[in-house]
Amino acid sequence: MTVWRLAIREIRHRKLSFLMGVISVTTAVACLVGAKTLLRADRVITDHLMQAKQSEVETAIAAKEESVKQAGAELEDAMRKHMKGLGFNILILPEEQSRSEMLLNGMSATMPESYVDKLGQSKIVTINHLLPSVSQRVQWPEHDREVMLIGTRGEVPIQHRGLKKPLLEEVAEGKMVVGYEIQKELELKVGDTVTFREHDFTISEVHPERGSTDDVTVWINLGQAQEMLGMQNLINAILALECDCAGDRISAIRAEIEGILPGTQVVEKFSQALARAEARAKAKETAESALAREKESSQAMLVREEQGRQHLEQQHAGFAAVLVPLVLVGSAVTIFLLALTNARQRTEEIGILRAVGLQARQIILVFLSKAAAIGIMGGLLGIGLGYCVGWSLGGLSSNQLDWQLLFATGDLLTTIISAPILALALSGIASWLPALMAAQKDPAVVLQGG
Amino acid sequence: MLLLIDGVSRTYTDAHSTVHAVDDVSLQIAAGEFVAVQGASGSGKSTLLLMAGGLLKPDSGQVQVDGQDPYGLKPDARADFRAQNIGFVFQQFHLVPYLSVLENVLAPAMAVPGTEAETRDRALQLIERFGLSDRQQHVPAKLSSGERQRTAMARALLNQPKLILADEPTGNLDHDNADTLLGYLADFAADGGAVLLVTHDDRAVACAQRVVHLQNGRIDQAVASSA
Repeated sequence: MTVWRLAIREIRHRKLSFLMGVISVTTAVACLVGAKTLLRADRVITDHLMQAKQSEVETAIAAKEESVKQAGAELEDAMRKHMKGLGFNILILPEEQSRSEMLLNGMSATMPESYVDKLGQSKIVTINHLLPSVSQRVQWPEHDREVMLIGTRGEVPIQHRGLKKPLLEEVAEGKMVVGYEIQKELELKVGDTVTFREHDFTISEVHPERGSTDDVTVWINLGQAQEMLGMQNLINAILALECDCAGDRISAIRAEIEGILPGTQVVEKFSQALARAEARAKAKETAESALAREKESSQAMLVREEQGRQHLEQQHAGFAAVLVPLVLVGSAVTIFLLALTNARQRTEEIGILRAVGLQARQIILVFLSKAAAIGIMGGLLGIGLGYCVGWSLGGLSSNQLDWQLLFATGDLLTTIISAPILALALSGIASWLPALMAAQKDPAVVLQGG
Repeated sequence: MLLLIDGVSRTYTDAHSTVHAVDDVSLQIAAGEFVAVQGASGSGKSTLLLMAGGLLKPDSGQVQVDGQDPYGLKPDARADFRAQNIGFVFQQFHLVPYLSVLENVLAPAMAVPGTEAETRDRALQLIERFGLSDRQQHVPAKLSSGERQRTAMARALLNQPKLILADEPTGNLDHDNADTLLGYLADFAADGGAVLLVTHDDRAVACAQRVVHLQNGRIDQAVASSA
């Protein structure tokens, strides 16, 4: 016969008292573990939601960035086409060419044709598509009218860039491209043959109306034009298409070109092109600004979301901070009262055990053994119950989250491991005083009472 | 002398009155002696028995069991002393209700060192001797009064005490069971033990070798009689 066996027999005899003790401890431990599980689940869900939203935002931003990039590329392509339609973007002229004279009477100053080759062989980065030309307002004696004659040899490649698809094709020898007014007045069409200053040309292209000097211009091969005008190996201008001339970049272009071709000047050609470039830059800036605002808005949304979750977590933590101690105290009081009642119920038994020689500490041990059994059983049940309740209320399953995430930081595991110790302490401390009172019962009084 | 009670007194006091339960009582019991203390209810019989058993310290006077004053010992040592030297049998049996007959008999073993197997064998022998073999796994609620008292008797004898103190052991027993129990007590005395029986049962008195009459806490007369 042992003290522990005595305790077990008594537990089996007074099942209800034991059960109530176990329920009390289970409630306390379940409350503690449940609260910890719930709080941990809150944190896990918050982390998960925030990561998901962060990822969602990043994906959306990336998509928008891609969209802006795509729109920018499309805009650039459109601009490229528009610029082609508009003509030249910048004009490289000999330094002595007066702009006033150029506008009033056309170009008169010349520079070597080799300049364009020099530019093509340079490492220039700010311009594309070089088109050397000669131009002069001349008489078309065969038709007794004045035209603007432009001789062009087509596009000179910029060698370090590799070959690009040319924007303008070369006007071949013996071919002529005519502007709208000339075509209209002379009733020309593609394939017609005309005589121009004693040379025969076949009409290869007729431009639609442009509302500019192009309408009264004829384009022929550069070599033929130079010969016709007595300007062998000379050109009046180099036209640069699709120059990177957005915003204040024009000054950079000027600096770069003047570095390669000293004695030249750079003139902006067609303000529409610049406006388009600026519009493109503005559009890009607007898109980037909108993107930045989108990012800020998304970040603000994330912050609000996190604050909301934190508020919820704080509410749960606050509730747990009140509830858990209350339940612990309530359970301790319940166990104390149960142990006290148990001690009173066992007065006779304690008296006889004391009479047959059991020491006070053995009587205390009988009570504490029962308290230990209550603590262990209640602790284990409380852990299971608390974990299940915390899990179900925590909502991890509805978020399809792995239970192992709950134990990632070790806090919950520590609580679960220490819960049986807490349960034992709770049950033991609450039972200590009744056990002491039972041990101090005077067997003589008990036996006389019996 | 196995039990020496020398001029012991015990007074109970409450707010309203003072009762001299035992007043200057002296009594000696030798080994092998069966002594009955007879008296009316409230005469101080049970108080005298508890003082003799080391459970109630007298206000004055001295008690010695086998030459040792139990009240000179510290509480735990006195409990050990009681476990090793004294067996108790009560009118109300005072069995632990949730323990079986065997476990009740074994209960005093918790108080003394010894091998479990040896103690268990002794308990089974006592159970067999008292005719309880077929009831050893039964709890007290399923036993008759006689069986309960025999269980209590077996429990009292487990640690092989030198002295048995019996407080009205036949009070709740029928004639046959009372005779059986008194026979066991007489056998214990015959085997060299000492028995102090507190009773007002004439049959019990008839079994005693010596009878002490207690009245108002004092010995009225002492009559020796053969068992």
